[in-house]
Amino acid sequence: MKNGLKNKIYPLIFFAVVLGMWEIISAAGIFAAYILPSPIAILVSLFTDFKNMGGHILITLYETFAGFFIAVFLSVIIALIMDSAITVKKTLYPVLIISQTIPIIVLAPLFIIWFGYGYIPKIIIVILICFFPVTVSFLQGLSTADRELVDLMRSMGAGRYSVYRFVKIPSAMPAFFSGLKIAATYSIMGATIGEWVGGKSGLGVYMIRAKHSFATDKVFAAILVITVLSIIFLKIIELAEKKYMPWLRIAGDVYIEEKQEI
Amino acid sequence: MTVKDNILIEVKNIKKSFTNLHTIEDISLVLEKNQFVSILGPSGCGKSTLFDVIAGLEKPDRGFVFIDGRQFNGRTGRVSYMHQKDLLFPWATILNNVCIPLILKGYRRKDAAVKAMEHFPAFGLEGFEKSYPCQLSGGMRQRAALLRTYLFADDIMLLDEPFGSLDAITRKKMQMWLLKIWEQINASILFITHDIEEAIFLSDKIYVLSERPAIVKKTFKIDIKRPRDGKIFTSAEFNKIKKQIFELLY
Ligand SMILES: Nc1ncnc2c1ncn2[C@@H]1O[C@H](COP(=O)(O)OP(=O)(O)OP(=O)(O)O)[C@@H](O)[C@H]1O
Ligand SMILES: [Mg+2]
Repeated sequence: MKNGLKNKIYPLIFFAVVLGMWEIISAAGIFAAYILPSPIAILVSLFTDFKNMGGHILITLYETFAGFFIAVFLSVIIALIMDSAITVKKTLYPVLIISQTIPIIVLAPLFIIWFGYGYIPKIIIVILICFFPVTVSFLQGLSTADRELVDLMRSMGAGRYSVYRFVKIPSAMPAFFSGLKIAATYSIMGATIGEWVGGKSGLGVYMIRAKHSFATDKVFAAILVITVLSIIFLKIIELAEKKYMPWLRIAGDVYIEEKQEI
Repeated sequence: MTVKDNILIEVKNIKKSFTNLHTIEDISLVLEKNQFVSILGPSGCGKSTLFDVIAGLEKPDRGFVFIDGRQFNGRTGRVSYMHQKDLLFPWATILNNVCIPLILKGYRRKDAAVKAMEHFPAFGLEGFEKSYPCQLSGGMRQRAALLRTYLFADDIMLLDEPFGSLDAITRKKMQMWLLKIWEQINASILFITHDIEEAIFLSDKIYVLSERPAIVKKTFKIDIKRPRDGKIFTSAEFNKIKKQIFELLY
């Protein structure tokens, strides 16, 4: 606990110093407010305009979660198929890697041409962003499952299903969660990019409108909201991770002494 | 009942090589009902490989494995097999770990737990149902692994150096405990060990294997009467056998 606080204190101090300097520079009037609004001005506009922003936030969250959960669902299924059929893995793995080199930003306009200005193209972008890290980490987790544990299951006559249920999936959980964390971090940003390129509502649209009216403080407020939401999302995944993998938390934490009499 | 009916496992002239390692040359052995039979041999001679063959995880290049008089080459799932490492699943509680064989056999989770819990006191695991393997001492982990093995098949058990990783004191305690529990459960055990004293103390019969490629060098019948206790370690009979095996091995 003590250590955790100590580790957090340095970035916090750094952050406070940067904010303070920013506030001073803005107050000195070196830059016009529409170029660099002061942190306080950003907070103020966040609160005053929150009524307007709230609806956009909900839309963005909706697209994010829809995309995230669809992506996770697809990832799990596809990783399981790839892990259990080596030819499928050999076929799809390079495709997966190559697909990652295509920048999302060039795909976004295409999706708008194909699917219009509604939610669908945004959800697809979130799916594309989340799919890769989750699939690859889950797949890696599955393939590094301890051979001896698998053999043990086989010696007890376990079939494929039981091997996955009792050994492969549990041992892939840590890797799976690191994939989820990466996906969670980028998912809200993904939805925003989709809205930015073309849409009717959402934080991306809010930012474009703010930009057009030179309300730079609102642009920053939206960035702040995206950052905070992304962090909250990440923390939720971390909580789930702790809850579903208690053995990792316990490891090396408590050690029960051997009973004297056996 | 004839002698033949009494034979649970018969291994006949097994040979096994890996790509460029001739591991087992020719091994035959017999495990009878309610017997405790040990396999003693130098490190790396192929003892674990022999168990893999008996458990059906590996196919022999030559020879046969008969269990209950039927051929079992390459067939898994008849005998329970405890590996050299405890191989407990780190992500499962002790109770869930030991329940796995029962669930594989089709028990419902709740029934499996009830059945497994009956054995927790005898295996010295009472009160640790909800603990994770990393929280347990070496001896307890081995007992948990043993309970899981026992719950899979309680009539024929293959135990591969179950106490190999324990310190000398815990090891002695575990030997006494195993002997005590074995006398209660009616199991027949094939047991691998490096430890001559452990083998004599526990067994009715000891197969001493040669260096790789392994053959059976000699078979010892241990007629020290049961029930045995710690005192026999210092008896003349015990030490005579110990000397013979020692001379054979070194
Ligand atoms: N699947 C395998 N492929 C290739 N070689 C193997 C395989 N399994 C075991 N071996 C080799 O066969 C030899 C015998 O191994 P085994 O584990 O049976 O010995 P052991 O008598 O159990 O040794 P120890 O006393 O150290 O446990 C070793 O040299 C080992 O490296
Ligand atoms: Mg071995």
